[in-house]
Amino acid sequence: MLAVLARRLVQSVLILLGVAAITFVLLYALPADPARMIAGRSATAATVANIRHELGLDQPLLQQFGTYLSHLLEGNLGRSYAQKTEVATLIAARLPATLTLMVAGIFMELVIGITLGVIAAVARGGAVDRLIMMTAFVGVSAPQFIVALFLLYVFAATLGWFPMSGFGTAAHLVLPATTLGILGAGWYARIVRSAMIDVLNQDYIRTARAKGLSGARIILRHALPNAILPVIAMIGIDIGQFMGGVVVVEAVYGWPGIGQLAWQAIQQVDIPIIMGVTLTSALAIVIGNLAADLIAPAVDPRIRSH
Amino acid sequence: MFKRLALATTAIAMLALAPMAAARADTPAQGGDIVVTYKDDITTLDPAIGYDWVNWSMIKSLFSRLMDYDPGTAKVVPSLAESFEVSPDGLTYTFKLRKGVKFSNGRALVAGDVKYSIERAVNPKTQGPGAGFFGAIKGFDELTAGKAEVLSGIETPDDGTVVFHLSRPDATFLHVLAINFASVVPKEAVEAAGGDFGKKPVGSGAFILKDWTIGQQLVFERNPDYYLKDVPHIDKVTVEVGQEPLVALLRLQKGEVDIAGDGIPPAKFLEVKNSPDGAQIIVDGEQLHTGYITLNTKVKPFDNLKVRQAVNMAINKERITRILNGRATPANQVLPPLMPGYDKAFTGYAYDVEKAKALLAEAGFADGFETVLYSTNTDPQPRIAQAIQQDLAAIGIKAEVRALAQANVIAAGGTEGEAPMIWSGGMAWIADFPDPSNFYGPILGCAGAVQGGWNWSWYCNKDLDARAIAADSMSDPAKAAERQAAWGKVFTDIMADAPWVPVINERRVVAKSPRMGGPDNIYIDPTRVINYDAIYVKQ
Repeated sequence: MLAVLARRLVQSVLILLGVAAITFVLLYALPADPARMIAGRSATAATVANIRHELGLDQPLLQQFGTYLSHLLEGNLGRSYAQKTEVATLIAARLPATLTLMVAGIFMELVIGITLGVIAAVARGGAVDRLIMMTAFVGVSAPQFIVALFLLYVFAATLGWFPMSGFGTAAHLVLPATTLGILGAGWYARIVRSAMIDVLNQDYIRTARAKGLSGARIILRHALPNAILPVIAMIGIDIGQFMGGVVVVEAVYGWPGIGQLAWQAIQQVDIPIIMGVTLTSALAIVIGNLAADLIAPAVDPRIRSH
Repeated sequence: MFKRLALATTAIAMLALAPMAAARADTPAQGGDIVVTYKDDITTLDPAIGYDWVNWSMIKSLFSRLMDYDPGTAKVVPSLAESFEVSPDGLTYTFKLRKGVKFSNGRALVAGDVKYSIERAVNPKTQGPGAGFFGAIKGFDELTAGKAEVLSGIETPDDGTVVFHLSRPDATFLHVLAINFASVVPKEAVEAAGGDFGKKPVGSGAFILKDWTIGQQLVFERNPDYYLKDVPHIDKVTVEVGQEPLVALLRLQKGEVDIAGDGIPPAKFLEVKNSPDGAQIIVDGEQLHTGYITLNTKVKPFDNLKVRQAVNMAINKERITRILNGRATPANQVLPPLMPGYDKAFTGYAYDVEKAKALLAEAGFADGFETVLYSTNTDPQPRIAQAIQQDLAAIGIKAEVRALAQANVIAAGGTEGEAPMIWSGGMAWIADFPDPSNFYGPILGCAGAVQGGWNWSWYCNKDLDARAIAADSMSDPAKAAERQAAWGKVFTDIMADAPWVPVINERRVVAKSPRMGGPDNIYIDPTRVINYDAIYVKQ
C-alpha cells in the first residue's frame, strides 16, 4: 500500500512538472507580448524594452523556465505582471470562494444526479427512464450562461428569494450551486444508472428480493453502495474542473472565484497568474484522483485485493 | 370611468409627491453611500502603474497632482499647485504648492514628494507605462538608462516650491503634470508596502481607500482633510467587481446599484432606452475617441494612395453607427470633435461607391484584390468588421476577417508587413489628455512606425513630423491658438495621404440609478470617465 502511494506521489510530481512545462512554453510562444500589454499605447519603445528587461522576458526561454521552476520549488508563484502583486496572494484570496462553490456544486450534482440515476435504473426501459435521461442530456448540454441567468432572473430578480450577486452567506450560495448541480448532474445520473443496472442484475440482489426485503431497502442498502465506485472516480475529476474555475457561473453571480481571475489574466497576457491558476487546478486534479484512489478501497472491499 | 379615476389618482399622487420632488432638486448635496460595479477586478491603484479606463478614474480621486481639470471639461487648472510661472523660453516651470495639504497618513505633503513621485514614475525599476510622458524633463535619459537615480531637472528650493527644467519646450507639459502618472505619493508608504503599493495606496486626493477585499470589493471613503472645499460630495463609494454587466443592470433597476460602470450590454440598450426610467438611467457622453481602420502603407496594394483613398470612400459609416445602436457618430478626420484642433469645416472622403470603384480602377485594381482585415473578437467588433467586409466587397475587395484576442491583434499591428488592415474597435485611441499632439506621435508619427509600435498604418511622413515638433515647441500660452491651428492642419493634411479610414467617434455609456445627480459630463468626464469627486446623490 505504501509503495503504491509512493509511486503515485512520484507520478503526481511528474505530471505537475509536465503541466508547468507545457503551459509555460505555450504561453510564451504566443505572439502576444506581455511587456507591451503592460506598457500600453503611449509607451515609447524604450519603456517597453525596460519593462521587458525588468520582467526578465529578454532572457532565453529555457532560462526563464529554469528561474520559474526554482522559484516554484521555494513555493513562490511569482508576481502578477499587471497587478504587481504576489500571485499566491491573489489565488489564496479566491480559494475560499472557489472551494465553497466546489463543495456545494458537487453536493448538488450528487443529490440531483444520484436521485435521477437510481430512479432511471429502477424504471429502466420505461418512459420515466427515457424522460430522465433526456433531461440529463439537456442539462449537460445547456449553455451555462442561459441556465445561470434564468435562475437568477426568476429566483433572485423576480421572486427575491436569494441575493442577486456576491459571496458570504448560505443564501448567496444556493443559486450558483444549483446551477452547477443542474448542469453537471447529468454525468452522474448516467454513471449511476448504468452502474445500478449492473448491480441490480447481480445474483445477491435476486437473493435479497427472494428473502422478501423491501424494494427501497434493496436499492438503498444493497445496490447503491455497490454502484457508488465510479461516482467517486467522477468526483475526483470534477474537483479539478471546479478548481480551474467555473468562469461563466462565477461571472453571472458575481462569485469571486478563481475562474474570474484566470479569465482576466488571459485577457491581459498576465502569464504568472495563468501559470498559477493552471498549476493550482492541476494540483487539485492530482489530489482529487489520489484521494479517489485511496477512498475507493475503503468504500469497496473488492478493490483491496488489487 | 376607470380612466378618469386613474387620472384623478395620478393627480393626487402627483400633488402629494410634489414637495418631495422639490426636495430632490438636482443641486450638489453632501452625503450618500453609493455602489459602483465593474466586470473586471481592479488591477492596481498605483498611480505610476495603473493605465486602464477603470482604475484611471479611481486613481484620479485617490491622489492629487500639481495640475488637474475642471470637472467635465478639458480645461487644465492648478490643483496641488497654488500658482505657477513659465519662463519666456518655455524651459522652466516654477510651481508654488498649496499650503496645509496632508497625505491620508497624516504627514504634510512637501515639494520633495512631487520630485520623488515623478522620479518613481520614470524609474525603469517601477515598470511604469507612463515614463515616456516626462521625456522633456532634464535628466530623463540618464534616469531611464539607469545612470542616475534622480531627475536632475527637478529642483525643490524649499518645501513649498518645485522647479522643472526642460531639455526642450513642451507645450503639453501642464497636461503631463495632470496625468495620473504625475500623482504625488509619500515615499514612506511606498516603501512600507514593499511592492504592494498598488493594493495599499496612500494619497492626498478626495477619497481614501478604506478596505479592499481582493476579487470582491473596494471601499472608498471621503477624505475629510481634502484641500478643495465641499469636495467630494459622496461619503462612501463601494466598488463591487466581478459583476456581469447584464446582472449589474438588473441590480441597478432594482435599486441595489447606483452606477453600472460597464454601461449597458448592446442587446439591452434599446429596451432600457425605451423604458420609463431610460432617460435617467442612460448617461451617453462624448469621449476623446476615434475608431479607425488602419491601411498598412508598407503592404501592397495599400502602398498605393489611390487604393487607400478608394477604401476611405467605400465604408458606410452610418451603418456602423447603427450596429452600435446609434452610440457613435461617423468620423471624417483623425481628431474627435471634443479635441482642440478638430476642424468642423473639414469634410474628408464622402461615402461614394462609384467613385471608389473608379479610383480603384485607376490604381490598376479594376477587379479588386484579396486582403485581410484584423479585428478584436469581442462583440460588437466582429460584427463591425463584417460590415466593413461587405463594404469592401461592394468595390471588389475580398477581405478575410481575422477576429483575434486583443493582445494578438496588437502584436500583429506592431509587426512590419503583417496586418494589411486593422479595425481598431476595442483598442481604439482614447486620448491620455485633451491635447491634439496625443493623437499623433504614437499612432501616426514616425516614432510609432516601429516594431512593437502602435502606428499600425506604418505611415511615416518626415515633413509632418517636423511640423508636429514645431507645434509642440510653442509652449507660450499666448501662442495657444496658433499652436492649435498648426496641429489642426497637421491632422487634416494627414488625410490627404489617407493612412486611416476614420470611421466613428464612439460615445461611452454609463448606467446610473435615478437618485444620482449631476450633468452627464461628470459621469463621462473627458479626462477621467467617472468623476467620483463631482458626482452626488440627490437629497
